[in-house]
Amino acid sequence: MASEKHSNKIKTGSDVIWLNIIAYGFLGLIALMCFVPFIMILSGSFSSEQAIIQNGFSIFPQDFSLEAYKTVFKDPAVVLRAYATTIGLTVIGTVGGLLLQTMTAYVLSRKDFEWRNKFSFFFYFTTLFSGGLVPYFILITQKLNLRDSYLALLLPLLFSVYNLLIMKSYIMAIPDSLIEAAKIDGCGEFRTLFKVVMPMIKPALATVGLFIALAYWNDWYNAMLYIKSDTKYPLQYFLYQQVNNIEAYKKLLSNSAASSVASAVSLPTQTLKMALTIVVTGPIVLAYPLVQKYFVQGITIGAVKG
Amino acid sequence: MKKSGWRGFFKKLYKYRVFLLMLAPAVIYTLIFAYYPMTGIVMAFKKYNYAGGIWGSPWNGLENFKFFFKSGQAGLVTRNTVLYNVLFIAVNTITQIAVAIFLTEIRNKHYRKITQSLMFLPYFISWVIVGVMAFNIFSSDYGFINRIITYFGGEKISFYTKPQYWPFILLFFNVWKGIGYGSVMYLAAIMGIDTSIYEAAKIDGANVFQRIFKVTLPMIMPTTIILLLLSVGGIFKGNFDMFYNLVGNNGLLYNYTDVIDTLTFRALTSSNDFGMSAAIGLYQSVLCFITIVIVNKLVGRYDKDYTLF
Repeated sequence: MASEKHSNKIKTGSDVIWLNIIAYGFLGLIALMCFVPFIMILSGSFSSEQAIIQNGFSIFPQDFSLEAYKTVFKDPAVVLRAYATTIGLTVIGTVGGLLLQTMTAYVLSRKDFEWRNKFSFFFYFTTLFSGGLVPYFILITQKLNLRDSYLALLLPLLFSVYNLLIMKSYIMAIPDSLIEAAKIDGCGEFRTLFKVVMPMIKPALATVGLFIALAYWNDWYNAMLYIKSDTKYPLQYFLYQQVNNIEAYKKLLSNSAASSVASAVSLPTQTLKMALTIVVTGPIVLAYPLVQKYFVQGITIGAVKG
Repeated sequence: MKKSGWRGFFKKLYKYRVFLLMLAPAVIYTLIFAYYPMTGIVMAFKKYNYAGGIWGSPWNGLENFKFFFKSGQAGLVTRNTVLYNVLFIAVNTITQIAVAIFLTEIRNKHYRKITQSLMFLPYFISWVIVGVMAFNIFSSDYGFINRIITYFGGEKISFYTKPQYWPFILLFFNVWKGIGYGSVMYLAAIMGIDTSIYEAAKIDGANVFQRIFKVTLPMIMPTTIILLLLSVGGIFKGNFDMFYNLVGNNGLLYNYTDVIDTLTFRALTSSNDFGMSAAIGLYQSVLCFITIVIVNKLVGRYDKDYTLF
């Protein structure tokens, strides 16, 4: 870091002390604010419904209870199916998307391909102007007839110009001589791509792969627009639906006055929402420390344009 | 084209056949999913019906636009979209730069690592989950804030019926979600500063704050301006994910929370008004296109390397 290299020699002045107070304080506060909502969900999921209804959400679990998780896993098939859908989409989408993006970026980065600028613009233009939501909606639902099909979840996220640009800037960094050498050795374009280029851009594959995977994992929007049958819900939309159903259910209960309090307490609703959120978020938060560094690399490189 | 031109073209077509084969999937994809929908903008000028489809439905000129503008919705959603984006861009830029500077200034490596990791965490979750978190914090019955208010003997605030609080709530979550991700860019810019400049400043007797304001900030100005301009390019785009998950179909809040994207969505899904929705979409696409072209000109004036096209 900047300051590490040139301090220490001189006694710490009051300016440095002030800066430290501000810096440690500010970072600590922001980090805390980023973290607390997660903790609130976690403790909410381990609290009893009664306690939440009486006191509201808190940072610590109140009246520790596993009731909410028991309710979530009473019928595990539903959750597991949503999990399977999301994992399937994420795996297929990431592998397919990476292949598609790498192959395209490889061609667009080849300086001996005269038309590369024309094709680059062909892709790039789509980020400048778009038909908007309605024509896209009609394309998916009426022209391609993908309503309620897994393809409606897979295809929209498969290719992105932003990822293409990141990939391209990575591949451009490979010395031309390496690709020429492969050519002289008699490698075709596909062999050069898979045997020479791909192994050299592993960090890019990791970064872009993670971007794609995250987009699939967190997608609820396409499911909301195109998926009708609840057996095909991916994880995030499953959560969205459950949360909204619980709210609707709660309203229904409070309308039927007499039994409301009793049944609202006996059936976990608020804590159930929390437990569901934990079940849905868990894997991504656990995988996060492993993947964070690739994201940091990718953002920095992607920023320096394609 | 002359005959020899055509022959040259076919020759190249043959020469580049493998390249073209490799490009084919992405080109076909882009034609179907990006260029074909562009033809659908004619719907903005039609009275759409299901039987007629895009091409068979009758024309109705500028009726869709007239309704959109006369109903006052155009003004409202455009104002909201732009104001929110200005607010987000300003606060995000300041907080992200502050975080980046402080992260480079503190000495304790573990503290730096832990705080940075925690700040990055919100980037990884979906807006659906952020919606749940917002409810935990702001719900009138169970919300954390109302819990604190009542603890101190105050009156509960019904956030979900009072639109005036929502600019702050939306700003909070927007900053919250992007702070770890956004500060990385500035962090990289600061790392790129030549340390000898700091040493020179130190020899000249600059204190730590002068170093930040006179060296760090001016040195990361190019990055800042580029990033600012790029985000200004999206000033007419509302973050649908965020607005929809935090506000949803809560009509009580629309005056303060309805943006172009949420209106387009509602026109399509709730009122099934395809023509109207397409008109709003086209209005937005054109505004976006114009801003991006202007922004690109400005970026080009500033630093040619960062222009987009």
